[in-house]
Amino acid sequence: MSNDKKTLADDLDLSGYREDAPEHAEIEDLSRLSPEDQQVLLMTGIDPTGKQRYGSFFQKDHTVVHCRTDFEGAEIMSVTAARKKYDGLKEYWGKLVPADKDVYTRRAEEHMEHGYYIRSLPGAQVRYPLQACLYLTEDKLAQDVHNIVIAEEASNLNIITGCATAPHVRSGLHVGVSEFYVKKGATLSFTMIHNWAEDMAVRPRSAVILEEGATYISNYICLVPARDLQMYPTAILKGKGSVATFHTVLLARPGSLMDVGSRVILQAAECRAEIISRAVSTGGKIIARGYISGEYPGVKAHLECKGLLLSKKGNIHAIPELEGKTLDLDMSHEAAVGKIAQEEIEYLMARGLSEQEATSLIIKGFLSLDIVGLPENLQNELQQMIDQTDTDAM
Amino acid sequence: MKNEYLFELKDFHVWVGEKEILKGLNLRIKQGSVHVIFGPNGSGKTTLLNAVMGFSGYRVTGQILFHGKDITRLPVNERARLGIGISFQRPPAIHGVKLRHLIATSAKTNGRLLDEYARKLNLVDFLERDVNVGFSGGEIKRAELLQLLLQDPDLIFLDEPESGVDLENIALIGEYTNHLLGKKLRPQEDKTMKELRREVSKSGLLITHTGHILNYVNADVGHILMGGRIACEANPQEMLNTLQECGFQECYRCFRKEEDHVKR
Ligand SMILES: Nc1ncnc2c1ncn2[C@@H]1O[C@H](COP(=O)(O)OP(=O)(O)O)[C@@H](O)[C@H]1O
Ligand SMILES: [Mg+2]
Repeated sequence: MSNDKKTLADDLDLSGYREDAPEHAEIEDLSRLSPEDQQVLLMTGIDPTGKQRYGSFFQKDHTVVHCRTDFEGAEIMSVTAARKKYDGLKEYWGKLVPADKDVYTRRAEEHMEHGYYIRSLPGAQVRYPLQACLYLTEDKLAQDVHNIVIAEEASNLNIITGCATAPHVRSGLHVGVSEFYVKKGATLSFTMIHNWAEDMAVRPRSAVILEEGATYISNYICLVPARDLQMYPTAILKGKGSVATFHTVLLARPGSLMDVGSRVILQAAECRAEIISRAVSTGGKIIARGYISGEYPGVKAHLECKGLLLSKKGNIHAIPELEGKTLDLDMSHEAAVGKIAQEEIEYLMARGLSEQEATSLIIKGFLSLDIVGLPENLQNELQQMIDQTDTDAM
Repeated sequence: MKNEYLFELKDFHVWVGEKEILKGLNLRIKQGSVHVIFGPNGSGKTTLLNAVMGFSGYRVTGQILFHGKDITRLPVNERARLGIGISFQRPPAIHGVKLRHLIATSAKTNGRLLDEYARKLNLVDFLERDVNVGFSGGEIKRAELLQLLLQDPDLIFLDEPESGVDLENIALIGEYTNHLLGKKLRPQEDKTMKELRREVSKSGLLITHTGHILNYVNADVGHILMGGRIACEANPQEMLNTLQECGFQECYRCFRKEEDHVKR
């Protein structure tokens, strides 16, 4: 993309990570995992019982240990299996995120140990989400994955992916290349939740392409510390009337660096896009980016970036960018960084809440987004996750 | 010895920055009694309630007693927990926090009663909305009232509960303000016994610029706040009549006389 060089100068030292992990045994049922693991999964949006899910994919370190779907309208398998089955996925592989894009995409190409492949069949209506989890259980391990998601024409696909580390893991590297294809008239809602150990370095590299009348809804949530997180997914609205929405919710504690943004390129008639982010820093640094490029007359897009800075040591840097490349565009942005209004805290205190309870309630309210188009049960799950966030550090 | 007064202000001064807004108020409210303070715009009515609640931005001297206990330096939430509640003139909006959730977090009583009161106050849909976000004037006041009904405080401060409310809603707000204050309700078929049994032991301090609310709410004692001082202790309805006839101008004359009297 045009402004790739503007992403953070990257100084991650990659030499300290291990490439090899032991093979793990298959797991027939995710509810057989240890209670500690299950708790981590729950806080990552992954339901170990799989009750309200149409299918599950679970990769532990470098092994795909579980994969099933009860639903005929969708496929879920390891990307390695899918490449075998579908002649290397030639039409899709590396087409949106080129392997030579940067040091991480090169890594992913070289070291790739699976990742998921999820595809909804034409016209399929996937009411419950499919879930995919990438789990790291070895300290200092590098996990490099490549994911492919395809929503075929007129289908409705709903995915939750959780990336997490096991309770005893402190550090590691996660590199994930993800390519999303949303075909004519399809809707893909993709919710990604990160639940990392404090000393993780995380480098997702994602891109989405939308055909005519397609809709893509992305929700990204990271409420736990991560030492170094950097991602800037791009959606290319190529088809007439396609719509993309990005919601991002970030909480950075002391020691965290989160450089996160969303980029949308509007290339066809009647396209629309919205980028909304909420960032709270209790001492960490957040760079909240957003970039919208209008390349076709009449397109509409809005970028909203709000930050709450709760500690002197924290830093929130909002960088909203709009680039108009043709006439007749309707693009706007608003950015705000501030603190919690004392008046709001005292209003809640007048109802009997302590200062800390009031602060925590306001922060959680700030982080909770009413996401249009998200199934209600999923919305409730996300709300619960925010409600359960440990606010002691706030 | 049981304290005769639930609430007392003694030589209460309040400054905002360098400006002295309240200049030594004395006020006593008995258990079960509702007082009204009339005052022109900018006379310091909101300042009085905010400072008594302990909100920041005010410098305070003198004493606030509640149940005979000095609460002048207590944090806001401790005052609330002791049994003081307030309906704000202009409450802030709290984004992302549903009204139902706030009430569930703060209220004394809960559950069925919440839905019942919400229905009575035409606020059922509002329980699932963010607190005060996009509420109209009347909706804000009804939501304040709903929160107070479930918080169930013993001393209730009401800051212009009728401002920005249309006529139709004033009657509703008046009725439930009366109810909140434990003022007698005639037995009515559409009321639950629980509502009717509410004790007549609540005390209130009602602040009003227009006085409209007095057409619906039974108050016992009226005062005037002007020039940073409280004057008068009279029948609120009579005071309202005088104010409606002669305006606050009449009070100025009365004040001046009192000051002359003090000088002599
Ligand atoms: N935070 C503040 N900063 C500066 N002046 C204030 C502040 N709060 C109140 N005042 C001033 O104090 C006076 C009383 O205000 P207020 O208590 O709101 O009056 P009322 O509620 O009787 O209309 C006004 O002159 C107002 O401008
Ligand atoms: Mg006022």
